[in-house]
Amino acid sequence: MTQPILEVKNLYKIFGHRPERVFPLLEQGESKEAILEKTGCTVGINNASFSIEKGEVFVVMGLSGSGKSTVIRCLNRLIDPTRGEVLLQGDDLMKMDKKHLLDARRNRLSMVFQHFGLLPHRTVLKNTEYGLEVSGMPSDTRSEKAREALKLVGLAGYEDSYPSELSGGMQQRVGLARALANDPEVLLMDEAFSALDPLIRTQMQDELLELQARMHKTIVFITHDLDEALKLGDRIVIMKDGKVVQIGTPEDILTQPADDYVRAFVRNVDRTRVITAANIMRKAASITYPVDGPRVAAREMERIGSSSVFVVNQDRKFCGLLTIDTALKLEKDKIQDVYPHLITDLFITAPDTPISDLFLTALQAKYPLVVQDPDGHLLGMLDRATVLREVTELTESEREPTPFTETDGYHELKTEHGEVSA
Amino acid sequence: MIDFRLGEIFEQIVLFIQRNFHTSLRAIRNSINGMLDLFTDVLTFPHPLIMAAIFAAIAWRCAGKGLAAFAFFGMALIYNMTLWEPTMSTLAMVLSAVLIALVLGVPLGILMAKSSIAEKIMRPLLDFMQTLPAFVYLIPMVMLFSLGAVSGIFATLIFALPPAVRLTNLGIRQVPEDIRDAATAFGSTPGQMLFKAEIPVAAPTIMAGVNQTIMLALSMVVIAGLIGAGGLGEVVNRGLTQARIDVGFEGGLSIVILAIYLDRVTQTFGRKTKTRNP
Repeated sequence: MTQPILEVKNLYKIFGHRPERVFPLLEQGESKEAILEKTGCTVGINNASFSIEKGEVFVVMGLSGSGKSTVIRCLNRLIDPTRGEVLLQGDDLMKMDKKHLLDARRNRLSMVFQHFGLLPHRTVLKNTEYGLEVSGMPSDTRSEKAREALKLVGLAGYEDSYPSELSGGMQQRVGLARALANDPEVLLMDEAFSALDPLIRTQMQDELLELQARMHKTIVFITHDLDEALKLGDRIVIMKDGKVVQIGTPEDILTQPADDYVRAFVRNVDRTRVITAANIMRKAASITYPVDGPRVAAREMERIGSSSVFVVNQDRKFCGLLTIDTALKLEKDKIQDVYPHLITDLFITAPDTPISDLFLTALQAKYPLVVQDPDGHLLGMLDRATVLREVTELTESEREPTPFTETDGYHELKTEHGEVSA
Repeated sequence: MIDFRLGEIFEQIVLFIQRNFHTSLRAIRNSINGMLDLFTDVLTFPHPLIMAAIFAAIAWRCAGKGLAAFAFFGMALIYNMTLWEPTMSTLAMVLSAVLIALVLGVPLGILMAKSSIAEKIMRPLLDFMQTLPAFVYLIPMVMLFSLGAVSGIFATLIFALPPAVRLTNLGIRQVPEDIRDAATAFGSTPGQMLFKAEIPVAAPTIMAGVNQTIMLALSMVVIAGLIGAGGLGEVVNRGLTQARIDVGFEGGLSIVILAIYLDRVTQTFGRKTKTRNP
């Protein structure tokens, strides 16, 4: 097994005066609140260990006060941990002198911030250059690299704008470009999309995934939003009160929650976005054109007790839908060719479409929805009733009151954008 | 009861400095006089109307046509009232005082922002400087630097320095945490942090402090006139002592014109760094 790119071993961060006296209490298993009361010290991180492999998106997720932002700040020593090791490709960040730490920050790590952290007096280009500039790179080389990074995030043409002239989403792209400009080994993203409104946030998530598919960076992503964590993460670590509760793939987290805390969390996920058409589709009864005629079609419908049947060609490519009325009429008129009489204005969807996206269509559609792969092969069908039932049921179960409805993200959205409907 | 006689102690300190630092005091006086003479020479060298046009051009660049017109006609009016010389000497004094205030005040403000111990020490000192009535330190100033513009500049400094320090401190402390974190995360040294991130981000606030310093310096002109600093202060004081309403009014009006001009021009400094016309 190869060496992990970033490894955190038994990391502790205690905020407050004389933090050493807290360790015996932690060993006795005292709670965070009890320790705060006894010593006045706040436990930020309590014995966190994890390792991050090259090229993965590693999501640290937790609510406010869980220590996730402290963790990411320990990875580049914006905050100095009280105890523990942070190994960047085997080099212990804690033991680095000033010079090596500066070098690591300039060339090996970079960071994207929740509120962007852009310099208002600099243009987009000069902001993107910042990391290269402080490392002493000559002006023309750094401007070239910055322009490349801006092109990557889709901001070519905005080089001479000022941050205040850009929307939130675009400002964060500048933040991302600045972080990509020094071609870091690890990209740290601290609630990078949390300050954006929901639509832009989704768009930025998609773009990050696209970028990642091309660049294969190692990304540490902090979020309080489980939907975001599930969407972006190759692996997720869930934190509570400074402790690591569970580490695993999104599926592990959803299917095998480690304890009640994670279970309660997972219940809050919008499952309509996780469950796709493929999960709930049924096998579609079909006849093959041009081999089968109206007679076979009618018999098939009788067999399955349905008033319509799908028609595919010999490659199983989808052709259309034949209803029982048409089939009987064609049989009576002795017409063998069903093709001109097929209903083709059906709604067709891909197997990985989340069912939340199918809800409106299902409400309007007259016929079942067709699931087909990108090559046009028929995979299955979705009853309108199935879609509607699934979406409603899943939404109902979400309305259950849980102790976690008021996440810090919820507050942020409320305060920054006024009323935000989910 | 112990009798402290604080006043006497203060007097002894002033006398002690006067007696023992004679040479240093003279050196300080000479160098400030040199700076003052340089400013006065430059300001009075061109014909007043040419100078008025230069003021107007500066106003045009900073704040637009309206202020440019005001500057030209205002300055022309001052020339017409034959108050050009005293106005320029007042301006030279204000510029000298403000220059010294910035050279001292901005670094002190930065120190105050970086160290909370420095802040704790400076805060009451600044309060003291700002609220102590000017007449209290006029006489000591005269004892140390003798009658004239240098004493006036020092009296002005005591009054006008605090806003430069305070607002620099405020501006640096108000730099958003995300910006500071970002600068650190990308590998800035403390010096790079200060000059590439903190000072530029704090610039609008620091410039507001400069504006305040200039306005306070102008407001000290009349009081400085009492200790022979010359300029418009002397004109206004003559109006007062000789009961010449016309002289007093013309001197006062000149101060107002100068004040409005300096205020509007310096107000734009802070804004220019933040926004830009597309």
